[in-house]
Amino acid sequence: MNSYTAAFAWLFSGKNWAGPTGIGQRLVEHLGYSALTLLIAIVIAVPLGLYIGHTGRGRAVVVPFTGALRALPTLGLVILLALWLGFGLTPPLIALVILAIPPVLAGAYSGIESVDRETVDAARSIGFTGWGALWQVEVPLALPLIVGGVRSAVLQVVATWTVAAYLPLGGLGRFLYDGLPVRDYAEMLGGSIVVIALALALDGAFALVQRAVTPRGVVAGRVSDIRTSTQSPDRKERTWLAPEA
Amino acid sequence: MIEFRDVTKTFPDGTVAVAGLDLAIPPRQVTVFVGSSGSGKTTILRMINRMVDPTSGRVLIDGVDIGSREPVALRRSIGYVMQNSGLLPHRTVLDNIATVPVLRGEKKRDARARARELMTVVGLDGSLADRYPAQLSGGQQQRVGVARGLAVDPNILLMDEPFGAVDPLVRAELQTELKRLQSELDKTVVFVTHDIDEAFLLGDQVVLFKPGGLVGQVGTPAELLENPADDFVAGFIEAGRPRSILR
Repeated sequence: MNSYTAAFAWLFSGKNWAGPTGIGQRLVEHLGYSALTLLIAIVIAVPLGLYIGHTGRGRAVVVPFTGALRALPTLGLVILLALWLGFGLTPPLIALVILAIPPVLAGAYSGIESVDRETVDAARSIGFTGWGALWQVEVPLALPLIVGGVRSAVLQVVATWTVAAYLPLGGLGRFLYDGLPVRDYAEMLGGSIVVIALALALDGAFALVQRAVTPRGVVAGRVSDIRTSTQSPDRKERTWLAPEA
Repeated sequence: MIEFRDVTKTFPDGTVAVAGLDLAIPPRQVTVFVGSSGSGKTTILRMINRMVDPTSGRVLIDGVDIGSREPVALRRSIGYVMQNSGLLPHRTVLDNIATVPVLRGEKKRDARARARELMTVVGLDGSLADRYPAQLSGGQQQRVGVARGLAVDPNILLMDEPFGAVDPLVRAELQTELKRLQSELDKTVVFVTHDIDEAFLLGDQVVLFKPGGLVGQVGTPAELLENPADDFVAGFIEAGRPRSILR
């Protein structure tokens, strides 16, 4: 039996799904850690990104700083924080929040910056307040990019929680940590497959969310839409030369 | 009546956009600001709704210094139409027109009903109500922009090169339409353009600006044509005439 058939055999065996150390429980734990990480990252990074995008202030400081954060090796950071703070949820949580902040922040500020300045100026000119323009004009138009930032953070966080989940934590990484000492490669590979499937499924789900939050008026302006929804005038009709009705 | 009293605007980089402007804009007439790029005409227009505040001097509407008025409330009481329409791309035609009444606290239903009426006023077919701006032609977008500017029935309508980005046929049509609208509505219209023909066609009063926000001449189109104040004014009017076919 090669290792993949063994892995799938492990994966589709009902007893591996049940119980407090089963795949079902680990999946719930993994999702829980990931959701908590993202929630914290969003609470920190989205308001900051909106502020930078809306005012243009702080860009020179925050953008290089988050770029530097991206370069930090997450596993090294987890170990460093664990040595400092002890074992438990906090060290990997901090490390992964640091990992998740840059893409969410970049999505938020680049989303706001991508909104046509002329549109925002027009909104202010007709009587939107600064907050009104932000919430009713800039955020709706920036939402696809904001969600895009969260989407790439999701992928990284779900993948990285695998290596961050040592004792006493759970999560899907436990199949790797538990399988390695006893050389249970079927369990290790099976666990990896679950992580991959989860990451792909979440990425797909966020792709759908991203599409759902794209304003219809923005989709309407795209070339593909215009090409399919309008018809060329009949060449024999001369009225198309006349001013529009 | 809109008055500028010794208004100066200097930008942070030291550029003087407007220098010591004294100007009266009579009510219920069309006043056109004309001048080349960089003559400060848009800056002056934007002082009327406090999108720009003067460095010194005062702007008065009906005798009241607008420096004492809350900018957002002021803007909601003045119609504003700009080049490239400035419509909100994520809102339908109807919701774009209804934007300012809704901001002022009107019920959405009432605002939409009025928006529908305004579509007729500016010559837009009702079937376009649920379209998005990107699905309209440039001329249709400008009509929506005008309808939005009229939505709260303001006394003052500011128009910043509203027909600058549409083709000549559509522009001519929109100009005619604006003249018709004005004859029915009697607004105080301040219209910015760099096209002297457009200025003479639409303006009851024309203000010709020189670079640096200096007034070259103020008068009716006939006065400017017959008695240009100086060589600059004469040159600007002359340059606006079509030349190619004469050669």
